[in-house]
Amino acid sequence: MSMSEGPKVLPGAETEKETIDVEARPKRSSGLFQPLVDKWNALPRPIQWLWLIIVVVIAYLLPILDIPILTTQPGNDWALACFSMASYALIAVGLNVVVGYAGLLDLGYVAFFAVGSYTAALLTSPDSPFAHIPYLWTIPVAMAVTMFFGVVLGVPTLRLRGDYLAIVTLGFGEIVRILATIIPALKGQVGFQNVGRPPGTAADGTPLFANSNGTPWYWLTLTIIIIVLLLVGNLERSRVGRAWIAIREDEDAAEIMGVPTFRYKVWAFAIGASVGGLSGALFAGQVGFVNNQKFDVQTSILFLAAVVLGGAGNKVGALLGGVIVAYIPLRFTAIANYKYLIFGIALVLIMIFRSKGLLPARQRLLAYGRTAYQRVISKPGTVTPPTPPEAEKGAAS
Amino acid sequence: MLDLLLVHPVSANDWISFDIPSLIQNFWSATFDGLTFGAIYGLIAVGYTLVYGVLNLINFAHSEVFIVGAYAVVLVLSALGFGPSVPTLPLSSIILDLVLALIIAMLASAATAFVLERVAYRPLRKRNAPRLVFLITAIGASFAIQYTIFLVRGANAEPAVTMFQAQPVFDVFGTIINSQQIIIVIAAVILMILTDQFIRRTRVGRGIRAVAQDPDTATLMGVNKERIIIITFIVGGILAGAAALFYVMLVPSGVQYNGGFVLGVKAFAAAVLGGIGNVRGALLGGLLLGIIGNYGQILLGDSQWTDVVAFVILVLVLLVKPTGILGTSLGRSRA
Amino acid sequence: MSSEATATPGAATDHVDELDVAPEVAAAAAPDREIAVEVGDNIVEVKNLTVKFGGLVALDDVSFTIKRGEILGLIGPNGAGKTTCFNAMTGVYKPTSGDVLLEGKSIKGRKQHSITRLGLARTFQNIRLFGEMTALENVVVGLDARHRTSVVGALLRLPRHIREEKTAIDRGMALLEFVGIASHAGVLARHLPYGFQRRLEIARALATDPKVLCLDEPAAGFNPAEKEELMALIRTIRADGYTVLLIEHDMKLVMGVTDRIVVLEFGRKLADDTPTVIRNDPRVIAAYLGEPEDDVA
Repeated sequence: MSMSEGPKVLPGAETEKETIDVEARPKRSSGLFQPLVDKWNALPRPIQWLWLIIVVVIAYLLPILDIPILTTQPGNDWALACFSMASYALIAVGLNVVVGYAGLLDLGYVAFFAVGSYTAALLTSPDSPFAHIPYLWTIPVAMAVTMFFGVVLGVPTLRLRGDYLAIVTLGFGEIVRILATIIPALKGQVGFQNVGRPPGTAADGTPLFANSNGTPWYWLTLTIIIIVLLLVGNLERSRVGRAWIAIREDEDAAEIMGVPTFRYKVWAFAIGASVGGLSGALFAGQVGFVNNQKFDVQTSILFLAAVVLGGAGNKVGALLGGVIVAYIPLRFTAIANYKYLIFGIALVLIMIFRSKGLLPARQRLLAYGRTAYQRVISKPGTVTPPTPPEAEKGAAS
Repeated sequence: MLDLLLVHPVSANDWISFDIPSLIQNFWSATFDGLTFGAIYGLIAVGYTLVYGVLNLINFAHSEVFIVGAYAVVLVLSALGFGPSVPTLPLSSIILDLVLALIIAMLASAATAFVLERVAYRPLRKRNAPRLVFLITAIGASFAIQYTIFLVRGANAEPAVTMFQAQPVFDVFGTIINSQQIIIVIAAVILMILTDQFIRRTRVGRGIRAVAQDPDTATLMGVNKERIIIITFIVGGILAGAAALFYVMLVPSGVQYNGGFVLGVKAFAAAVLGGIGNVRGALLGGLLLGIIGNYGQILLGDSQWTDVVAFVILVLVLLVKPTGILGTSLGRSRA
Repeated sequence: MSSEATATPGAATDHVDELDVAPEVAAAAAPDREIAVEVGDNIVEVKNLTVKFGGLVALDDVSFTIKRGEILGLIGPNGAGKTTCFNAMTGVYKPTSGDVLLEGKSIKGRKQHSITRLGLARTFQNIRLFGEMTALENVVVGLDARHRTSVVGALLRLPRHIREEKTAIDRGMALLEFVGIASHAGVLARHLPYGFQRRLEIARALATDPKVLCLDEPAAGFNPAEKEELMALIRTIRADGYTVLLIEHDMKLVMGVTDRIVVLEFGRKLADDTPTVIRNDPRVIAAYLGEPEDDVA
């Protein structure tokens, strides 16, 4: 027996304690935009709002401004490029709910986009045998239909370990494309012409939301993005967001702390799916034509790259990632053919070296967290609140 | 509900139609074709199953490990003078050439798997990355390899290489079984038995089972975990290389940069169907999936239905019996 | 070496002493719960609980009760089945046979999250906090077990959501103060020092408003001074009206804080009595034979 008379701790616990205490030492993040994020967090609320309004105004003016260095002309129409960027941003925000918050890997997101597009086409195109409804009504219908698909796909898979979802969604992405090809009613490559558009005519009598005019479509999408961001933000700062992050961090512990994990995973998946359907309906309206050609797996992976690039778990990061992924091939047309290679390699490199993405901001999970933390700061002898998370840990650790 | 929305009458056949007489008529040929394809699925599935057993990771890039092997087969055989028409070489030299192609394909696939493990997965293991990070890396790597091939060889499928004229060998229930089918199924079964025995009887195989069961304890017991992992990837690669040869034998013009992808999803479905982590299950799952997929194709009338059927089977298995037919246990398979 | 055992309390001055906690804090942390059972009556009944893994019998026909308001210790040598018993009680494992009743209601076949909502909360032997969340957010996840906001309610910020979010902040802070880490409310859980992480686990479990609090080796890795503090904290928790089940290796801690002890060995119940009786029980001593009391593992 040991010579020690005094109590000892278990060796296992002791090493655990050491590693935790090492871990607990404050580390500075090496995040690219970290100083910016810190500065932003330090700003008082009204100033933050002011800045946000400025950003939003600039965002609305973007297709008109057509800044010389930024512009995608002459290769690609700038207003349409703006719409494309906004679409990717919306998709990334939706996918971020699934991947970034709940930590579920959805590799077939394009399938929901496709389901949304086809819903809009089937309900508005003259080529479709179905009853027709006004275009704007197809947006909620598309969301409901994709949500239904999300639940049907999620219920069998989400009970199991997370990686099954990855392969099932990957398969689903491909299956939707195949079904669009081989089911006669979906018209394969022939597709559906003249998908509906929102009402309104311009001064010269042409429709306001013409297929060739990107600006109104961009404004519509941007407005929808803002609404979605606000709603997602509401969810983030609620028990729903906390449940998602808890599931991502430690699913078993979350379950034991009273979180109905399965139900919240299905919710995350369904909400993500509905945003995908929403963007699909918008896309169908803008292009005015839906066939089986756009919905391949590669596009799903581009969507994932957008989320991961921007910073999984951070809605602003995802938004940024979506914009970047759409913008680069449009601006630098010379490398457009290599975009899949570039973003594939980018995915691996980001995961290995910077798994938190470009904008590694943490999500805020309390509706009234600010007041609580300020109460703490006002007391003496306290630790400064949220130290920025270091970059080398996983996006979903 | 959809009916209520209809204005013009739409026949249900516009959505889906069943051709049962055709299935009955072609039942046996569908079965034998399915078995042949299933054997190839099974060989690829082993790669998924082994890596899943050892690392608990769906190695999405395994489909690219396979397609690299397929390119190797086509390039080697083209260099040896094979082309779209049936070669006029004597049998012995054909066999020699095919063996050469097989070996090079195995090397190419194994090398791809090796590089993949070292470059992509190992750095993540070192810093104990979360599962999601591994999966995203896997899909990213799959993509990167796919488009590297695209960059080098272009978007079009490689020109066909016909290896030999399939000869009718015997007749079962009025359906002719040809030499190609026999070669593929028998070779696949032999390779699977060898793999199974390798895992059950050899020292390295014991290591693989130990790491699959409990990596930490295995390390404590003196098993070199890193070495075992790399061997697992290489074994999967070798079998994918073999699958590549048989695939080209069956589909001479089917080698395209993104051709591995759907096959990969189907092979994974096969692995899950048989019981992921289980080598025998991979073969069983592959054969079953091949057969059922073929029935589906004939019943529903388009070759692409095989993919849909495979996917539906995957979801059904996950719903009803996620452990698959033979159970999920690389670690517990007995010596 | 014995100096270790007599470590000065000064070593722990940076911790807030839980005995200083103002009464209103404790009240906020432990609001009125509706418990059907009177103090002193059985709140949990473990009935002939058996758990088998393949051929291995991890728990063999174990029965005991937990009385409302007591601190019950569950001890036994390594592999005796303590954690298995714990896991079967909280729904992690499905019992092969037997049953666990909470206030007379069977927990069998219930999902883990619904067992927590019934009133059985636990901590983990190997700390399992949500690392990317702050201490306060971790506690609020526990509080969410009692919240009734729906997804739609949160999406549209309906009144119930706003009300619950506001009270959650207050109760969460009160709980952090109760376990003595309120000053670190805004720190990410994985940046907290080890001792604080253990306390946060307790606060998070208390947040689910449990009728019975199950602590799985809460003192693992603690030095003697920290153990003293933990004992005081457990006593305070009990004084606030909670019933506590404690699994612990450290005999000194168990003997010092529990009212009653259940001893397991090889998956069977060996003894069930007060600490004084257990200490002198020859069978228990035999089970721990040759090991000094404090070294029991």
